[in-house]
This record gives sequence, C-alpha cells and structure tokens, in this order.
Amino acid sequence: MSINSRRKMVEAKEIIKVYGSFRALDRVSLDVFDGEKVVIIGPSGSGKSTLLRSINRLEEIDRGTIVVDGMDLYDPKTDISKVREEVGMVFQSFNLFPHKTVLENLTLAQIVVRKRSKHEAEEKAMALLERVGLAAKAKSYPGKLSGGQQQRVAIARSLAMDPKLMLFDEPTSALDPEMIGEVLDVMKDLAKDGMTMAVVTHEMGFAREVADRVIFMDAGRIVEEGTPEHFFTAPTHERAKLFLSQIL
Amino acid sequence: MSTEAKKQIIDVGDGAAIPRKSDRGLFTAWRIAFFGAIGTIFYLAYTKPDPYLNILKFVPDGIAVTFQVTLGAIVLAIVIGLVTGLGRISKNRLFNGAASLYVEVIRGIPLLVQIFYIYYALGTIVKVPAVLSAIIAMAVCYGAYMGEVVRAGIESIAKGQREAALSLGMNGRQTMIHVILPQAVKVILPPVGNEFIALLKDSSLVSIIAVADLLRRGREYASESFTYFETYTIIALIYLIITLFFSKIIGVMEERVSVNK
Repeated sequence: MSINSRRKMVEAKEIIKVYGSFRALDRVSLDVFDGEKVVIIGPSGSGKSTLLRSINRLEEIDRGTIVVDGMDLYDPKTDISKVREEVGMVFQSFNLFPHKTVLENLTLAQIVVRKRSKHEAEEKAMALLERVGLAAKAKSYPGKLSGGQQQRVAIARSLAMDPKLMLFDEPTSALDPEMIGEVLDVMKDLAKDGMTMAVVTHEMGFAREVADRVIFMDAGRIVEEGTPEHFFTAPTHERAKLFLSQIL
Repeated sequence: MSTEAKKQIIDVGDGAAIPRKSDRGLFTAWRIAFFGAIGTIFYLAYTKPDPYLNILKFVPDGIAVTFQVTLGAIVLAIVIGLVTGLGRISKNRLFNGAASLYVEVIRGIPLLVQIFYIYYALGTIVKVPAVLSAIIAMAVCYGAYMGEVVRAGIESIAKGQREAALSLGMNGRQTMIHVILPQAVKVILPPVGNEFIALLKDSSLVSIIAVADLLRRGREYASESFTYFETYTIIALIYLIITLFFSKIIGVMEERVSVNK
C-alpha cells in the first residue's frame, strides 16, 4: 500500500522508560506516518507494549519526546484527553465496561467526550456494530459475549470516536484460537480502509499481510525495522533470526 | 480483567450473618431470633400488661428518634465517606493528606468520646439541638469508616477499566463518574449495609447526651417505675427486631445486585 502523504501521525524521539533499574525503553525512536500500518513484534519483556502505551500516555516516559497528531504529549499546555480522543486503543483484555450494554459501551464516550446527541451516537454505534457483525448484540451486556465478540465490540467502541490512529496491544493474545480469525478480519478490514495503525502482536500471518513496516524490538530497543518481505525472509539481526526461528 | 485478580474484601461486620449450608431449612437462626423476639414481646405484653404493655406504649417516640438519628447520620456519613474515599486515592497531596489525617484521627477515638466531644465543643460555639449534634457526631465517626469502604471499593475495580475510559478521551472526573463509581457501588453496597446496622446499634450511645432515643426513653420509664429488668428486656428485644429486619433487607438487596451482574 502506498503512503500518499508523508505526514507524521506519531513522532517519538529517543524515549526512555525506566522501571527501577530496568530500562523498559532504551532510547527508542519511532515515526508512524499517516495511513501507515506498523506492526511491532518481539519477545515478551522487550518493551513493545510499553512503547505502544506511551503513545497515548497510559505509560509515562522518563526521557524523550512524543508528538502525536502535532501535539506534544509532554507539553504542559497539551490536554492529554484531547490527544486520546484522536487515538483509539484496543487492549489484550478488552476492558469493555461490564455495567453497560454493548450499545452503551459504544455511545458513552461519544456523548460524554464528543458531545454528540444520544440519537447521533446510537446511529453511529449501530453502524459500527453492523460493521463488526454484532448489531444483534447491541442490547446485551459484555459478560454474555464470547472473547472474540467482546474484542470486536472493543474495536467498534474505539472507532466510534473517529480516531485518526488506532493502537492495538496484543488484541488476540487472550483469545481462544478459534476466535482469533474474526478479530483479525475486522482489523484487516480497518487497514484496507486506510486507518493508521500501530499493532503489537504475535500473529505473524497478520504482520505479513497487513504491515507496511515491521519493527522488531528486543531488550527495550528497536533492533530491526523494515518491510515484511525483508523482515520475514532476510532479517539481519541475530536476535530477530532467533525469534523468527522459534515462532515460525 | 481476567488477568488481574480482584482484591477480595474480607468483611465480617454487623450485617446479615453469612449463611451456612445448614441454615437453609425452615428454622434458620435468623427466623428463630426474629420471630422468637416478636413472639416473646407479644407473650409478655399479653400475660403481664403491667409493666410490659405500658413500656411498649411509652417507647415508640424513642424508636422514631433512633431512626431519625440513624438515617440522618448514615446519609451524611455516605457523603463524607465518598469525599474521604476520593481523597484517599487522590494524587492531590493536600486533599489526600487531609482525608488520611481525618481517617486516622477519627478511627483512633472511641465513638462515645466523640459524641461527648462534639456535643460540648459544638455547644460552646453555637446552640445546636442535641439530636443534630448526635447526628453530626455519628456521621463524622462513620464517615471515616465509610471512606475506607469507598476507597477499597474503587480500588477493587480493575485498572483496565480506567485505562479504557482514559484511552477514549475521558478525563479523570468523567472516568470516575461514568465508569469507576457505578461499578464500585456494587462492591461498596454490602459493607455500607453493615455500617448502617452497626450505626443503628451505636446510635444508642447518643442517649448519653440527652437525646430521647429508644434507650433513653427506656431508661426514663425504668427510673420512674423501678422496672429495670423488664424495661431493658423490652428495649433489647426491640433493638433485636429492628436490626434483624434491616439485615434481612440488606441481604436481599445484596442478592439482587449480585444477580444483576
């Protein structure tokens, strides 16, 4: 897929994140361009989730700068909620609101944050539920849904805010194998639509098919970066070769 | 949410006794106590109207005052508890420090001493009716305990809920109001019920500052008629019936809430 405009949606420079004496992120720089799909892979503990979560400041960094959609996350004048409005996030554990119906999960932030009318929010929500194939579950509570269904609702909930960027933090890792496909299909559909996406995942098939760029992290650093063809056929770094030999 | 184990709140308070398997039959401990107490009162009043029926006619005013104090104090305590609980988890140092100090100080002073203290301390500044003073004293004390209940309830909600709400662009306040508190209420309700019953019983302490509650009315009758044993028997039975009645109601409410999950 070609990248039409080279506008940077995310611009992270030299970021450092420390937990005690452990460097979770060690001078990581990452740009994500408008419309680009970046897949971040690596062994557990490599810092990939921390990197993703720092993009909407769910994780505070210790050094470096992060600019999202032109807004500097650590500028005191920046309202972080305004940034997060534009950045959708999908979690490994779904995190749907259990006390609200599926429909209410999708309308809550639209009404509270985007100040849309209830009617407008519900219309938007139903269209999105249609899109992820769950319109029939609008009145159900999340607890009654399967994991795969919950994750599709979670994606729809993020999309309801009309984000410019979507972050996926291991969206299929908590799912039973037979449900992974339905979630990946929704994500592929989203990618086809031109959404800017940053995805942390272990699904190599998805990375191969969807990614414009694959980033391999190890020990808090980006050690290999390139197109899926390059990464999966001719990785240069030893750690990446080892990782691929183990996972493929 | 499955990855984060929910903190269990172990709570052995003054609410309904935790039913055991053997408690399921017709003769549960609750039924024996509740209907036994009612039966005993009727039996005493019927067989020995003097003094028992006379006592029963004398104390209803006191029951009303007991309810007045209890309800007033619990409502005020919930409000104080909510503010205190939010303070205890606040990142604002001043708010957090004030809430923590309040909890530490209040929990370290016996309720009876607080009742005296607030009655006389308040009395030196403004003239306050004893009932109002009693309500304030009870609420200030129970507000501290309620604050800890609220704090524990909020902290029991999985971290992912907060993160999801924030990631949708909600600010801290919106997240608290729309996502965290509605879920925390279900966790908080049972211990609040327990606090209510504990407060109902502790309200008898306010009889010490000339509030004409159930216990006070009983004492008045007893000291006039010299029927101490008979009067306090009736008073104890009335307290028992009231607390058992409410513990049942709270138990039913808890069941409703857990079913609605």
